[in-house]
Amino acid sequence: MSKQQSFTDQLWDFFCSLKLAIITLILLALTSIIGTVIQQNKSPQEYMEMYGWSESTFKLLDSLQFFDMYHSYWFLSLLGIFAVNLICCSIKRLPRIIKVVREPVLKADDGLFRTFSNREEILAQGTVESVRDKVVAVLGEKFANPVVNGEDGKSYLFAQKGAYSRFGVYVTHTSILIIFVGAMIGNVWGFKAFVNITEGQSVNAIWLRGDKVPTPIDFEVRNDDFKVEFYEGGGRPKEYSSDLVVLENGQEVMKKTIEVNHPLTYKGLTFYQSSYGVAGDPIYRFRVENRATGDAVTIMGAQGRHLSLPGGKALIPMGYAENYQNFGPAAQVNIDKGDHQHGTPFLVFKNFPQFDERRGGDYKVTLLDVQQTYYTGLQVAKDPGVWVVWLGCLLLVVGSCGAFFLSHRRIWVTIQPLEQGVGVKIGGNAHRNQPAFALFFDELKKDLDDALSS
Amino acid sequence: MDSSLFFNITTIAYFAAMVVFIVYLTSKNEAIAFGATLICWAGFIANTVAIGMRWYEAYALGYQQAPLSNLYESVVFFAWSILLIYLLFDLKYKQRAIGAFVIPFAFAGMIWAQWSLDATIAPLVPALQSNWLTYHVITCFLGYAAFALACGVSFMYLIKVGKEERSAEESPIGGLLGMFPSTKVLDDLNYKAIMVGFPMLTLGIITGAAWANYAWGTYWSWDPKETWSLIVWFIYAAFLHARFTRGWVGRRAAWLSIFGFGATIFCYLGVNLVLSGLHSYGGS
Ligand code: HEM
Repeated sequence: MSKQQSFTDQLWDFFCSLKLAIITLILLALTSIIGTVIQQNKSPQEYMEMYGWSESTFKLLDSLQFFDMYHSYWFLSLLGIFAVNLICCSIKRLPRIIKVVREPVLKADDGLFRTFSNREEILAQGTVESVRDKVVAVLGEKFANPVVNGEDGKSYLFAQKGAYSRFGVYVTHTSILIIFVGAMIGNVWGFKAFVNITEGQSVNAIWLRGDKVPTPIDFEVRNDDFKVEFYEGGGRPKEYSSDLVVLENGQEVMKKTIEVNHPLTYKGLTFYQSSYGVAGDPIYRFRVENRATGDAVTIMGAQGRHLSLPGGKALIPMGYAENYQNFGPAAQVNIDKGDHQHGTPFLVFKNFPQFDERRGGDYKVTLLDVQQTYYTGLQVAKDPGVWVVWLGCLLLVVGSCGAFFLSHRRIWVTIQPLEQGVGVKIGGNAHRNQPAFALFFDELKKDLDDALSS
Repeated sequence: MDSSLFFNITTIAYFAAMVVFIVYLTSKNEAIAFGATLICWAGFIANTVAIGMRWYEAYALGYQQAPLSNLYESVVFFAWSILLIYLLFDLKYKQRAIGAFVIPFAFAGMIWAQWSLDATIAPLVPALQSNWLTYHVITCFLGYAAFALACGVSFMYLIKVGKEERSAEESPIGGLLGMFPSTKVLDDLNYKAIMVGFPMLTLGIITGAAWANYAWGTYWSWDPKETWSLIVWFIYAAFLHARFTRGWVGRRAAWLSIFGFGATIFCYLGVNLVLSGLHSYGGS
């Protein structure tokens, strides 16, 4: 029985120890490096190609779960130890801190005075009561209203400021646990998915990561339009956006244009603009002018079709570039002379209608417009734990600023009759930032001196 | 007149300040230290003007982005942050000699940026266009800058304490070291700087997470840059706990601080230059 007891005691001490905290922090830091050096979640082939590993090396590292190390049992265990450590350590220390804050020592004896690095003794004239009133006034004005106690003809004063800053550390530590809880909520009840929606179409199911079949959602999302804009003088997309409509039972309930960094959220699901692509062949519209006669026609049709021109010939659109060498939309076409022989392909530009003038030939072709149907690629995320995480983050910042920059300052005064007059003993401490407190204490001494000598 | 002129002035000022601080250490003349501090202020103002002008220049090109969009801009901002933190510490603690060990970091950044980084203003890809980017970069860099100061002070500590131990018998240490603050002050400054840097880094990590969540729907994806910022955070958390509960002060604290700054620099530069990831700076 006693052995059992000592084992749980040992376990408790182990999890309360700060040595463990420091070792865990350093181990977390060191092991985290592995996953930044080895790319995570690739296929076996990729690993062997990327790093040139043999099969056996791969198997060894795989058995150590190095390829998804942040979700490996050993890494999660380390985080678990970290959390348990934090909880035990707080449970052990908190009662003492609550006691310091709630039940402060109101009467300082000589033993306590000796522990203060800031202390002073002043000899004053008058009665204990009159001196006490003066000290109370100075403390009240310069520091905080003191609690006054009397006993055996002596007077004891106690004043404090910032007592609650003692809890800053606990707020910080609790906030880390709150973040863990938020992350777990997200892992259990959240998911990541994606869906592609072609312009003009709607979906009511999304693809969870790694799934082979889509998962239905209880509303519909329609993509009314997709737009992409490019930076001038560069092929880099500047902005792309999708006009999304949310429908429930065929009724429009929400409408929003989403862009990268500006998602749409409905019923806990957030749709993020993440990619785009072309869906199907584009539809072209051309104006074709017969150079000889000056007659012009407007023709329209899909890629690869023969679009007949008056006189038996046909124009064949072959391909489309959204932004051909920074000259904007361009189509590659050729003219079939009616013998089913393709002519020489040439380019026409939407932004430069006169471009084809210089080519010669029977016709002058101008590209009027191209309707390219796009699909928009959306990431879908649901994370019900995210607000818990943000709450934890907020507390983390508030708590650590509190822990670092606020301090619990306390001042004790004992006033007692002496042979030569009234003795005033002052002592004080701060639980951090002692130099600043020492300066304050010097000021206070001067103020008390002045008040008592007047 | 454009921003590059002011960036050149900044670089020259930091170089001059560095040299004058070293002269101060040998001459022990307080007036020289004051001069060096003035040069720091001048360089800092030039640095601020240069960043402001670059912001305007990007704006004139039609890019609505803060000047924190590529490696060049981030390095000059890092230099700016170091000066900001240094000057604040100088106002508060008035330990002039530490300039000789802190300004070199800012100068190294500026000269590297001016000599070998691409200074063209390029537009940001859509994924990076967000105010979160600005908050994220500012908080991270103020943290990094405080760690740089802690690292510089730690070097001074180690030099001074080593010398003191070797010449324990001989009376007051002269030479360059005479002007160093006492080891007690250096140790305390190391801690104070980390106390500023740690909450800043915490904010930096949180704003980064908020941004990732807003833009990609995940606040944490263990990409190398994120992971390294967490590693740095763990190291400084270990530093703080070791210090006030296990009494790791002095030499061990100094080494931990230098080690922490090494990890910080790896997080900032190494990850992009050595490892691959999602972030925009460097590399690609
Ligand atoms: C990364 C996680 C952690 C962070 C960010 C953190 C943060 C802090 C901060 C800001 C302080 C106050 C520092 C100061 O007063 O100078 C502190 C103190 C402390 N921490 Fe942590 N901490 C972490 C993990 C832990 C763990 C795992 C333990 C395990 C037992 C622990 C135990 C303590 C103790 C005992 C104190 C001193 C409390 C006091 O002064 O009464 N911390 N921590």
